[in-house]
Amino acid sequence: MTREDYSDVTYMLEIHHPLMARAAKPGQFVIVMSHREGERIPLTIADFDAERGTITLVIQAVGKTTLEMQQTCRAGTSLYGMAGPMGIPSNPGSAKKVICVGGGLGVAPVYPQARALKQNGAYVIGVLGFRNKDLIFWEEKFRAICDELIICTDDGSAGLKGFVTDGINQALENHKDVGEVVAIGPPVMMKASAEATRARGVKTMVSLNPIMVDGTGMCGGCRVKIGDEVKFACVDGPDFDGHKVDFDDLMIRLRRYKEEERVATERWSETCRMRMVDGKVVPLPE
Amino acid sequence: MIKKRTIRSIPQKRTPVRELDPKVRVTNFEEVNCGYTEPEAMLESERCLFCPDPKCIGGCPVSINIPAFIKKIGEKDFRGAYDVITATNLLPAVCGRVCPQENQCEGVCVVGENLEPVAIGRMERFVGDLAIANNWVNLPFIEPAKYRIGIVGSGPAGMACAADMAKAGCDVTVFEAFHLAGGVLRYGIPDFRLPNTVVDAEIEKLEQLGVRFECNTLVGRLFTIEQMIEELGFHAVFIGTGAGYPSMLGIPGDSLNGVLSANELLTRCNLMAARNFPDVDTPLPLGKHVVVVGAGNTAMDALRVCQRLGAEKVTCVYRRSKTECPARAEEVHHAEQEGIEFHWLTNPVEIIDDGAGSVAGMRCIRMELGEPDDSGRRRPLPVKGSEFEIETDQVVFAIGTNANPIIGQTSKLKLNKWGYLETNAELMTSIAGVFAGGDIVTGAATVIEAMGAGRKAARGMKAYLGLRDVGPVNDAATLFGIDLSEHNFNRIRA
Ligand SMILES: Cc1cc2nc3c(=O)[nH]c(=O)nc-3n(C[C@H](O)[C@H](O)[C@H](O)COP(=O)(O)OP(=O)(O)OC[C@H]3O[C@@H](n4cnc5c(N)ncnc54)[C@H](O)[C@@H]3O)c2cc1C
Ligand SMILES: Cc1cc2nc3c(=O)[nH]c(=O)nc-3n(C[C@H](O)[C@H](O)[C@H](O)COP(=O)(O)OP(=O)(O)OC[C@H]3O[C@@H](n4cnc5c(N)ncnc54)[C@H](O)[C@@H]3O)c2cc1C
Ligand code: FES
Repeated sequence: MTREDYSDVTYMLEIHHPLMARAAKPGQFVIVMSHREGERIPLTIADFDAERGTITLVIQAVGKTTLEMQQTCRAGTSLYGMAGPMGIPSNPGSAKKVICVGGGLGVAPVYPQARALKQNGAYVIGVLGFRNKDLIFWEEKFRAICDELIICTDDGSAGLKGFVTDGINQALENHKDVGEVVAIGPPVMMKASAEATRARGVKTMVSLNPIMVDGTGMCGGCRVKIGDEVKFACVDGPDFDGHKVDFDDLMIRLRRYKEEERVATERWSETCRMRMVDGKVVPLPE
Repeated sequence: MIKKRTIRSIPQKRTPVRELDPKVRVTNFEEVNCGYTEPEAMLESERCLFCPDPKCIGGCPVSINIPAFIKKIGEKDFRGAYDVITATNLLPAVCGRVCPQENQCEGVCVVGENLEPVAIGRMERFVGDLAIANNWVNLPFIEPAKYRIGIVGSGPAGMACAADMAKAGCDVTVFEAFHLAGGVLRYGIPDFRLPNTVVDAEIEKLEQLGVRFECNTLVGRLFTIEQMIEELGFHAVFIGTGAGYPSMLGIPGDSLNGVLSANELLTRCNLMAARNFPDVDTPLPLGKHVVVVGAGNTAMDALRVCQRLGAEKVTCVYRRSKTECPARAEEVHHAEQEGIEFHWLTNPVEIIDDGAGSVAGMRCIRMELGEPDDSGRRRPLPVKGSEFEIETDQVVFAIGTNANPIIGQTSKLKLNKWGYLETNAELMTSIAGVFAGGDIVTGAATVIEAMGAGRKAARGMKAYLGLRDVGPVNDAATLFGIDLSEHNFNRIRA
C-alpha cells in the first residue's frame, strides 16, 4: 500500500488488489479489517485504477479503528482483510447536466461518480464543501473533470462562504436544466441537500453510511428506511433516492454504539500515549 | 458372538451424558454437553437391536449406516466406526452436535417405540471427536483429474461439495465472503454448542485434501459466476451461499436502537468475538432485559448468548406453543435449565420508543391455536383484548431468513419467486456446469441437509465432467465414491 496525508485527520491509502481494481465501479465500497481483533469497517472506494491494480480509500480518523489505521497503515504494510467491492454500483443515469456534491469526506467518494458522468458526456458541476481552507483536498483532481467547480467553506477562508446547500442553490439558479444531483457526505449534509432540491423537483441521489458488520446482507444492522420500505444499505444500496430517505432514523441509528466507541477510543489513546483534548486525539507531553 | 438382543435384554435407560451445571455454564461459553466417554459410548451401543429392517438409516438425510457404526463401537473398533460414518457423512463431530436427531434417526428408532431411543447422535459425536483427537483422515490416493472447481460459500454445503471433488482429484478452491471459513457453523452457532476448534479441525481436514480457501472474497461482486466459468478457468462451480438475509418484524418500532437480528447478535458475538470487547474492537452492548422473538435454533442460540453475556433477564416470545417450536429439543431443554423465561402463544405487536430512539418495552398479544395451516401446524390466531406489555430494553428477532440477493443481482441464474436458486434434480442451475445446494436452494434448513446437498451436487458435477463415480454414495461399499476394500484407494476414471 501507499499513503498520503491530506490533513491531521484525513489520509489516503492506495491498496494493491488487482482483481478488485478491475471489478470496482463508482458508488461501491469495501469492508476493511486492519488486524485480527479489529472491527470490520466500511469505506467507500474513492478511486480505482485497473491498470495499476489499485484501490484508493480516503479515510477520516474519527474513532478507534480509523485512528489506529492512521498510525499503523504505512507504505509497504498490508491489511488483515479487505472484501469487496460491495453494494450496487451507482447508475450514472441519462441526465445531461448533473451537480456532484461532496461534503467533507464525501468529496472523495463522489469523485468516481463525477468522473463516470463526465465520461458519459454529461455537463458536470462540482460543489465541494469543507470546514476551512486547510482541509481542502483533491481540488485539482475535480477541476480536471468538472465543467464548473464551486468550493464552499464554512468560515469563508476559501471559495464561497457557506454550506454546500448554498453552492447547490447557486448552481441551480444558474442552470435551470439540471437533471440530477448526487450528494455524498455526512447525513445532515445529505439531508439538507435533499431538502434544497425537493422544492425544485430535481432527482437527488445520496449514498448512505449506516453502521455495518458484514456488508453482505446477513445481519440487517445497516437497515435504513426508504419511503415506507426497509432496505439493507449494503446490498440494496448504498445509493438511494434522497427524497425518500428517512435521515432522522439514520442519524439516531448511527448513535447506537456511542458509548462503546468512546470506551474503545479512550482505551486506545491511553495505551499509545495519546489523549483526547476537545474531541481530538493528541500525543501526551513527554 | 453377540447374543440376540431383545427389547427386554438391552439397557433400559439411555446412557446419560455429562453436562456442565447450568449455574456455572451461564457464566461462560464452554460446551454444555461434555460428550460420551469410551465406556459410556460402548454401553450405549449395547442398546441397538440391529434390526433386520433398520428404520434409522431411512431417517437420516444422508443415510448413514447407523447399525454398522454402532456395531463397530461395540467391538471397540472406533476407527472402523469412523470409516462407516464418513462413507456418507463428512462432518460427524459437527452433525453429532447439531442435527435434530429427534426428528431424524432417533425419531424412528425401533427401540424408541417402547423405551428411549438409542442415543445415535451422541455416539456419532463420540466417534467424530475421537477422529479429531487422533487426527484420523481418510486420505485416499488421489489421481489428479485436471479439473478446476470453484466453490462459493464455505458453509456445510460448500465444504461437503469441496471434499468430494477434491477426492475425485480436482483442484478445488472455496471462496468465502467473510474473513473466516465455516458459514453458519462459524458465525451463527455459538461455542457452547459447537466449539470453533471443531470447525477448525474439519476445515484443516479439507486443507489436507488439497482444498484451498480464499476468504474475503465476495463472489458476484469481485467476479461473477459467469466470469468464473468464462474467464477464470473453472470447469464447474458450486454455489452454497446460504439464506442469511434476516426477515424484519414489520411492526412499529422495529428500527429503534436496541432492536437487532439474531444474525447480527451472533455474528458480533461469535465471529467478531465482541464478548471480549474492548479487547477486540467490535462492540455488543447488551440490555438488562432482552426479549428474543422466535423459537428456532437461532432463537435458542440468541437467548443463551444473551444470558451468558450477563443480561439480568432473558425472555423468549413465540406465537405458537412449545409443541410446534422448531428448535432441537435439547436446546429448548438447556435454555429452560439456564433460567430463560418462555412466553409461548405470544406475538409482539409493537416495540415502544423511550422517546430517544431506544427500546422502552414491547407490546404483545396472546395467541390461540386454530385450524392447521399449509405446514400442517395449527395456525396461531390473536386473542382479542389480550394485549399486555413486557418491560425490555433490547429486542432480538429470530423469525427466519430469506435468500441472500447478491448472486441473483449479479448473474443471470434463474431464481424462483422467493429469490432462491432454481436447480434440476441433479442440483444443476440454469447455467451449465453451475450447481447449487444448501439453504440458497431450499431456504433455511439444517446442517446435515446442506451437507447432503453439497454431496449430491458433487455427484452431478462428476457426471457433468465425465468423472465416473463408483456406485451411489449411500452404498456402504464406497467411501466418497472410492473403493473401501483397501485403505490405499484408487479412483476409477471412466
Ligand atoms: C458505505 C459506507 C461508506 C463509508 N465510507 C467512508 C470513507 O470513504 N471514509 C471514511 O473515513 N469513512 C467512511 N465511512 C464511515 C466509516 O466506516 C466509519 O467512520 C468507521 O467505521 C469508524 O470507525 P472507528 O472505529 O474509527 O470509529 P468509531 O469510534 O467506532 O465510530 C465513529 C462513528 O463512525 C460510525 N461507525 C462506527 N462503526 C461503524 C461501522 N462498523 N460501520 C459504519 N459506520 C460506523 C458511527 O457513526 C460512529 O459514530 C463509510 C461508512 C459506510 C457505511
Ligand atoms: C444461529 C443458527 C443456529 C442453527 N442451528 C442449527 C442446528 O442446531 N442444527 C442444524 O441442523 N441446523 C442449524 N442451523 C441451520 C444450519 O446452520 C444451516 O441450514 C446450514 O448452515 C446451511 O448451510 P449452507 O452451506 O447452505 O449455508 P451457510 O452455512 O449459511 O454458509 C454460506 C456461506 O457462504 C458465504 N457467502 C454468502 N454469499 C457469498 C458470496 N457472494 N461470495 C462468497 N461467499 C458467500 C457466507 O458468508 C457463508 O459463510 C442453524 C442456523 C443458524 C443461523
Ligand atoms: S451490513 Fe450486515 S446486512 Fe448490511
